[in-house]
Amino acid sequence: MAEALLAIDDLRVQFDRGEDEVFAVNGVSFSIAEGEALGIVGESGSGKSVTLMSALGLIRENGKIMAGTAKFQGHDLLKMRPRQLEDIRGRDIGVIFQDPMTSLNPVMRIGDQIMESMLTHQYAGRREAFERTLQLLHEMGIPEPKARFRNYPHEFSGGMRQRIMIAIALACEPQLLIADEPTTALDVTVQMQILALLQEQRRKKQMSIAMITHDFGVATNFCDRIIVLYAGQIMEMADTRQFLLQPAHPYTMGLKNSIIEIGQRDRQLSPIPGMAPTLTEPPKSCSFASRCPFATERCRSELPALREISPNHHVACHRAEEVLAHAI
Amino acid sequence: MPSSPLLQVEEVSKRFRVQGRELHAVEKVSFQLDAGKTMGLVGESGSGKSTLGRLVLRLLDANEGRIVFNGQDITKLSPKQMRPLRRDMQIIFQDPQASMSPRMTIGAAIEDAMAIHNIGTKAERQKRVDELLERVGLSTVVKYAFPHELSGGQLQRVGIARALSLNPKLVICDEPISALDVSIQVQVIQLLQELQKDFNLTYIFISHNLAVVEYLSDQVAVLYLGEVVEQGPAEELFANPTHPYTQVLLQSILKMPEDADKRQALTSIQGEIPSPFNPPSGCTFHPRCPFATDVCRQKKPERKLVGSQHSVTCHLAN
Repeated sequence: MAEALLAIDDLRVQFDRGEDEVFAVNGVSFSIAEGEALGIVGESGSGKSVTLMSALGLIRENGKIMAGTAKFQGHDLLKMRPRQLEDIRGRDIGVIFQDPMTSLNPVMRIGDQIMESMLTHQYAGRREAFERTLQLLHEMGIPEPKARFRNYPHEFSGGMRQRIMIAIALACEPQLLIADEPTTALDVTVQMQILALLQEQRRKKQMSIAMITHDFGVATNFCDRIIVLYAGQIMEMADTRQFLLQPAHPYTMGLKNSIIEIGQRDRQLSPIPGMAPTLTEPPKSCSFASRCPFATERCRSELPALREISPNHHVACHRAEEVLAHAI
Repeated sequence: MPSSPLLQVEEVSKRFRVQGRELHAVEKVSFQLDAGKTMGLVGESGSGKSTLGRLVLRLLDANEGRIVFNGQDITKLSPKQMRPLRRDMQIIFQDPQASMSPRMTIGAAIEDAMAIHNIGTKAERQKRVDELLERVGLSTVVKYAFPHELSGGQLQRVGIARALSLNPKLVICDEPISALDVSIQVQVIQLLQELQKDFNLTYIFISHNLAVVEYLSDQVAVLYLGEVVEQGPAEELFANPTHPYTQVLLQSILKMPEDADKRQALTSIQGEIPSPFNPPSGCTFHPRCPFATDVCRQKKPERKLVGSQHSVTCHLAN
């Protein structure tokens, strides 16, 4: 296996809400290899965005990193001074967000915004940055780059704005791209266009991608490996193949069962009962136990560790082997 | 016993004037819906599916066409004449947080509609609030809470309870699950199904999620730039999608593959949805259609039957 580009170890993040605290990330460890596309899947509040955004120093002010390391090429991002982190962010690590309209500067020409990232990081001089911006716009499938350079974000459609965001993120040729729900706000045909573009860029540049998504269809079709987060913990981590063929965590199975796909008119629905915990206390037992059909006394009293049940297949469930063997 | 449909929408069109320019939001849409059945409206942003829902409710007035509800032509009714009918037609929105007053308790929000329509005494209404909350799977103590204290899934259940409070016949569900997590989506879908059965509700289910529309609907209409490009019984339409746009939509859905080597190729359709201010000539889908010919570029296609009730608006369909 290739060397880890980013290695997150035992990350713990807490938010202070005044009257109480939210334990958003509770000991998350994983790594992203060079050239790998990793899918980070979970529902709202699972910690999927917070995990990576904390590593990048991009969490809200009331968020505190309580423990852990996040080593990018061996250097701990969590110990860096803001200036050092700013150097890496946007140059070595590109980020794209769900809503390009709120991430782009509404009063700045899009061409200048793409150039800005190259100039800030001294990736290129003015002339070169301008040429590269036109090249990027072309690569992103934006017609008439020269004319469009001078347009403002509101003059583009949602899909085109997301292409501009990607151009900014890729401008300095990052080794890692963090894509936080990049297609969630887009229509399906546009989602397909954006994912095709990301896949092409990834192949061309040998870039790693961390794809944060709630959509199993996106994750399984795009990523090499998948992490399922719930209540700020990794429930399951597996190659996409294992994930598809042998999910071993009851939450993963429940989620997969919750997805209605084309051609399922006659199927019975079997929703996961209840809802996600509020996270106002650190987990002391399995966070999924109250919704789990297989939960036992042990699940309600003892926190399951993330363990490797077969090569590269990690599950945080006391009964993973039984679940896998359909013994229960 | 043949009965007339609960809802008939006949050649309904809606145009908006925006900064002096005309936008065709809905163009000559027709369908019929029997009581207790579900009509699914699918399409991408700007396809006119939400506008159509609002036209049916008379929250917007159609420029052309007729809307017949329960045997009565409601197209031209005055707001006062509409008022008693409003009890029979309700709506559930995508964002339950935004559709709820932040200063009203959940109980008051549900009771409000009944109070407006002078239904029952205060005590009777409050009893009904309890019943409704229980029916949608919430604890009755929720009535004392404010919207910000509930999760998205809980709030959507409140939105459903509120819509049901007047015993409506027709409920427009406008992207009711799009803002919810997958595990919560299934819960809400199941609830909507149960309620439909129990109260013989008629739904118009608006969604960009084709799989959910297929799952829930009896009839489906696929909209593109305000026009219905294909419509028919859900089973038939999904078994035999005939309009190139319906096919493209279906191909764009990323299904979970059975195995890693059966992944979908990420191949995309060219172009974007054109501006509704300046729709393309002929068939509005022609610039993106892989099969477009000269006739598609020049002439507007007519609606053609490809099954007993399955129609497609495409020159190439037969």
